[in-house]
Amino acid sequence: MVESKFLPLDGATSVSQAMRQINPDVVAAYPITPQTAVVQNFSQYVADGIVNTEFIPVESEHAAMSACVGASAAGGRVMTATAANGLALMWEMLYIAAGMRLPIVLTVVNRALSSPLNIHCDHSDAMGARDSGWIQIYAETGQEAYDNTIQAIRIAEHPDLLLPVMSCQDGFITGHGVERVGILPDSDIKDFVGEYKPRYALLNIDEPVTFGAWDFTDYYFEHKRQQSEVINNSLPIIESVFKEYEKLSGRPQPVLDMWGMDDAEYAIIVLSSTAGTSRAVARRWREKGVKVGVVKPRLYRPFPEQYLLEAIKNCKAVAVLDRAISFGAPLSQGPLFTDTTAALYNAGISGLPVVNYIFGLGGRDILPDHIGSVFSDLQKIASDGQRGTMVRYLGLRE
Amino acid sequence: MSQMTEVRWHGRAGQGVVTAGELLGESAMHEGKYFQSFPEYGAERMGAPIKSYTRVSSDPIEYHSPILEPDIVIVVNPNLLSVVDVAEGIKPNGIMIVNTTDTPDKVRKQVKYNDGDVWCVDASKIAMEELKRDIPSTMMLAVFAKATGLINIAATIELTREKLSGRLRPEVVEANIRALQRCFDECVQG
Repeated sequence: MVESKFLPLDGATSVSQAMRQINPDVVAAYPITPQTAVVQNFSQYVADGIVNTEFIPVESEHAAMSACVGASAAGGRVMTATAANGLALMWEMLYIAAGMRLPIVLTVVNRALSSPLNIHCDHSDAMGARDSGWIQIYAETGQEAYDNTIQAIRIAEHPDLLLPVMSCQDGFITGHGVERVGILPDSDIKDFVGEYKPRYALLNIDEPVTFGAWDFTDYYFEHKRQQSEVINNSLPIIESVFKEYEKLSGRPQPVLDMWGMDDAEYAIIVLSSTAGTSRAVARRWREKGVKVGVVKPRLYRPFPEQYLLEAIKNCKAVAVLDRAISFGAPLSQGPLFTDTTAALYNAGISGLPVVNYIFGLGGRDILPDHIGSVFSDLQKIASDGQRGTMVRYLGLRE
Repeated sequence: MSQMTEVRWHGRAGQGVVTAGELLGESAMHEGKYFQSFPEYGAERMGAPIKSYTRVSSDPIEYHSPILEPDIVIVVNPNLLSVVDVAEGIKPNGIMIVNTTDTPDKVRKQVKYNDGDVWCVDASKIAMEELKRDIPSTMMLAVFAKATGLINIAATIELTREKLSGRLRPEVVEANIRALQRCFDECVQG
């Protein structure tokens, strides 16, 4: 284990610190709140000669991801960052990056999608991209955002994966929140990420290849099946990177961050910063003698189905908290809930009552009392034997 | 048992309130503690009343929610006392620190805070005398150090010197240090 040096950093700056240490070949980016600090700091590093990255200040996020696709196909180590409508504008190119198996690392500082216009946190941006073929990791703190950015490089570039990775954190809440962040020595990060040796590269003229070629009714289907096969089998590889980084940093890097789940009767499943608030509340409930627990999936794509089932199967009632709405899904459930209940059904588990809470859209505060109300609801569901309303809302005026 | 202290700052946008909160966190970090510092983001415009929050703890901080029941409230701008309910939610045994020309007794009555400690300092006057500008935000840290003992004044002065030395002339840095020390010496409890 290597000692970290502690700095006071906001979550966005933590990511730019990681990018400085990674020193990628190309960064093409366009600034958008609340991601701005990531790109602003990094472009300063470029201007000051602290990194030798080719920085491309593009005219839009569509162009940003297009430039990343080109640079990655050429054989470079490529990174970018965005949020909200910026990610939405990348949409077309997200699928192209994944389909071409380009190991691009994208930081998303999660923010609500318009309309109405809102710059604050929710997960509607990244959740909309959950089927694009990208691996998705979610951070609870600025510390995790830093750690995840570094690990994302190794995951994306693993020769058996070659998949793009989206590393997410909550806009403003951690993105603009300053906290104590442990930064590993530059040389250790340099060694950890290593030199990127692309398996295929457009600039390798000795072995000419074609990327993103015309692929008609004859082979497109087979290629898409290969793409699902690689992400379906990516979990052990991702875990091996997590374990290696855990050893380096001394900070645990589980697929599911779990608290109290060994004997929890009532559990909350939630991503990102709200997992912290939930855990803090759960500690108080445990002191009262109620067996509560919290599961924070760090990894959302691929969905860690088996681990999640193992974690919650003995609970009496479970709540899934979503910071996004999947409009038009049954009762417009959130995506994390839909995936969780699908996993339960597929495993033949039907007796466990699971309810969905939508919260925090557009940066609406999620307070400790809201989390407490969820644990109360779960106790009631278990004692009544009635699940009641399936999709509920926290902190909403109705 | 975790010891967490929650601080709410009141000031006006553009006064360095957010910076002061971050500096408080950094001071605590240098003493081996964990911290969080985050402003309440609204429609920012120069001069508008703003709130900022700082948490300091001996353990990693898990809460990611605004502070509704602060242990300590710091009011950087005296004219906010009649505009904002600065005592909202403050714990009964808490501490209120105010930049004002008034006495703690008078402030206590004005903001209706009967139970905890009230500390006053005329930081604006000290800032004008030492820095020729009314920029009292970071100077409130000196009063925080004295009132709470959670950060050490000598370490805070050292950190301020380190932070400012890179971008200000030596005499300006020293004026800032004097201002901090004066706030520490001249603040009164009531």
